[in-house]
Amino acid sequence: MLCVLCAFAVPITAVSPVMKHQTAALSSNDVPNTGHDSLIQRISMGLTRLLNGHKTFDHGIYPIEHKELTAGKPIRRLPFADELIIPLQQHKGRASLPMVKVGQEVVRGEPIAVADQFVSVPMHAPATGIIRAISLTTTAEGPKAPAIILKVYHAASQQVLYGSEQDIEQMDAQAIIQAVQDAGLVGLGGGAFPSHVKLQPPPGCEIQTLLVNGCECEPYLTCDHRIMLEQTELLLRGIRIALRATGAQRAIIGVEDNKLDAVSHLRARIPAHLPITVEAVQTKYPQGAEKMLITALLGMEVPAGGLPAEIGVAVFNVGTLAQMGELVPQGRGLIERVVTVSGPAVKNPGNFLVPIGTPVRFLLDQVGLNGPLGQVILGGPMMGMAVASLDVPVTKSVSGVVALEPEDPTLARRQVYPCIKCGECLKACPVSLNPSMLGELAVAREYGVMAEQFNLDQCFECGCCAFVCPSNIPLTQYFRIAKSINRDAQRREAAKHH
Amino acid sequence: MTRGIEIRTSPHLKRVVTVDKIMRTVVLALLPIAAFAVWQFGLSALLLLVTTTGVAVLTEWWFARASGRGNTVADWSAVITGLLLGLTLPPGFPLWMAAVAAFVGIALGKALFGGLGYNVMNPALVGRAFVQAAFPVAITTWTPAFAPGRFTEVIPSTLTAPFMQPIAVDDWIAGLNLDGWSGATPLALQKFEHIETPILDSFTGMIAGSAGETSALLILICGLWLAWQRMLDWRIPVSVMAGAVLMALPFWLLDPSLYPSPWFVLCSGGLMLAAWFMASDMVASPVTAKGVVIYGLFIGALTVIIRLFGGLPEGVMYAILLGNAVGPLISSWTQPRVYGAK
Ligand code: SF4
Ligand code: SF4
Repeated sequence: MLCVLCAFAVPITAVSPVMKHQTAALSSNDVPNTGHDSLIQRISMGLTRLLNGHKTFDHGIYPIEHKELTAGKPIRRLPFADELIIPLQQHKGRASLPMVKVGQEVVRGEPIAVADQFVSVPMHAPATGIIRAISLTTTAEGPKAPAIILKVYHAASQQVLYGSEQDIEQMDAQAIIQAVQDAGLVGLGGGAFPSHVKLQPPPGCEIQTLLVNGCECEPYLTCDHRIMLEQTELLLRGIRIALRATGAQRAIIGVEDNKLDAVSHLRARIPAHLPITVEAVQTKYPQGAEKMLITALLGMEVPAGGLPAEIGVAVFNVGTLAQMGELVPQGRGLIERVVTVSGPAVKNPGNFLVPIGTPVRFLLDQVGLNGPLGQVILGGPMMGMAVASLDVPVTKSVSGVVALEPEDPTLARRQVYPCIKCGECLKACPVSLNPSMLGELAVAREYGVMAEQFNLDQCFECGCCAFVCPSNIPLTQYFRIAKSINRDAQRREAAKHH
Repeated sequence: MTRGIEIRTSPHLKRVVTVDKIMRTVVLALLPIAAFAVWQFGLSALLLLVTTTGVAVLTEWWFARASGRGNTVADWSAVITGLLLGLTLPPGFPLWMAAVAAFVGIALGKALFGGLGYNVMNPALVGRAFVQAAFPVAITTWTPAFAPGRFTEVIPSTLTAPFMQPIAVDDWIAGLNLDGWSGATPLALQKFEHIETPILDSFTGMIAGSAGETSALLILICGLWLAWQRMLDWRIPVSVMAGAVLMALPFWLLDPSLYPSPWFVLCSGGLMLAAWFMASDMVASPVTAKGVVIYGLFIGALTVIIRLFGGLPEGVMYAILLGNAVGPLISSWTQPRVYGAK
């Protein structure tokens, strides 16, 4: 069904009413990096929601989007840093195995590490240069991890000469899956799960529907928005490849209704003979989470502890599919990605095509800073990771670099109160957990009870509960710790039995 | 540049609504009701409210200091307790008894459990219930609203010396020369004499009663404003009212001359104030979506049962205390269905 509102072509530069009010609210707000909801903004959001009635999921939150900072900025290519750091573990699964030696010269696009078994991907040289070292370096996650360090030849032409053209229409599913793995493609929305694994459903499962995730629900991020507008052909090609590989009958592109320009842009360009539709979904965090998108678009729920494949669905991010559409036909590897660099501390925010391995420090130098830095977050502010050092590189899963200003000291000292049972967290949790109860159990260190009776394992750390909690209880942070303690306990248990 | 960057774990954004802001907003919503009480009952009501609020805050401060919990007065919750308590007492209530009520409310109702967030019951109601049992006469001694000279002199009982029986107000009331003053609240009139006060009067507050419970309309407006500010879960007051109406309706249909109309049930006594400002106390109500509805219906229905069949004209206080007591149980029965659960 076509929604009347979205059928009107919205000019790219037009900002939705919601966004405009948010800008207005922002200027009158002395704490720009918190999700304060002003009255006007709330009314306008409420009205927008009432009037358009786009599909959505239950619960969730409405943080200020801040997307107007970069939504209108076309993707720009950035120069190469002097040195690129390519960690061997940029994805879920096993780390890649290096296949180059220190001192070896490599050409841009050349494979430099191979996949270690099925759930792993190879790495490719993001620039022409020389391997300076293969050593432990700081990673965003914290502990040091092995990485290939590449010194860039600035004088080189940086042409990608590597790769061999392939005709996707002639390839069967297995060949495509192999090609996708060879491209080193992982979920570029932030999940970093190897894409070829998702193309191959587990035995007994059959993929009927391909969901293309263009929600981009994290505040500040706009790279997927720009990809939908600027890389439409690649995206459509990628969708066709994924349809072919999975055998799915149809694809639905889900886009949050703060990007109606992308909806009409895509609708106008999808050839009539392809089984691809575009649907606007409500702008609400975490609409871009796999499970929430499935519920919004298909009205189905992924069984607890199960995979989307079990209900015949595979979900891919638009950025991933655009890269699939670009890389697979040319037989190339993933060497760069679109990154939104934004946040209140950034002078010239924008969307940039960034070589994998570019240090965050270089990126911030390129965009300039307004003043002192607070947190620098890889990914979005709701689920992203604050880096301990600016020397960490942009990896395959980094969709954004958000630089915040130092937090207002009065806010930083915000008191943590006991839970006042307001129930806001229950109304926010997209998987309907009881964070209030879980939080109390966490304080009491009842980690086992949290998992056994209150479904701790279903928590995907989306941050909604901690966002809304008026008592400032670091709920999500508690749950993250509880989960890792439970994992350790399980591991110890398993070790004992061996 | 690296030096000084902050690291915390996600989420890195937070809504700026905090506990003290919620509590401040509730206080703000209670102020018009308090002002109306003062306008209606004069100096005595003002002294009453000041006493309960002052003692509640002092008690909170003292217990917080004694237990080393820091300055918990700043979270404003003690102010709410004090105000609510004052609003539920008769305007001529002796001040020393009001002080006892406030102290007991905070000490037994809250500090004993570990302070804000840990209290099982609404502290204001705990205080109210204590004085109801301790001073049964004083708490049912009503004085007329809009007494002439109410802004210049206090009701005699107000200034009763500590630990003394309240000074009788009969002579004072007689001296006011009011027509038709029976000394009973609409609830008592209905219950014991089956005279229903005109709805409009109880709706607008032109009646006798506790200091802040007389104008259903004003309470409704303040409550709605609070719900609109999203500082109050509207489902609780609405289900309390629904519970009361559903319970009262069949009896009224059976015999309207004997039983009160649902309208009367809603607008009389402390039901409105209790539904909007006491049952909805976040700390003592269930957290689950289904739970709050059950809890509200339970309180509403129980209020009517106590009113109709209990020995007291008003039952909402005990209904809420009971509701508070079963709240955690209701919460645990109504755990939300987790996404993807079979
Ligand atoms: S972080 Fe976990 S518990 Fe909190 S809202 Fe998200 S899924 Fe629910
Ligand atoms: S949001 Fe915070 S204060 Fe409210 S119920 Fe949840 S944990 Fe408690």
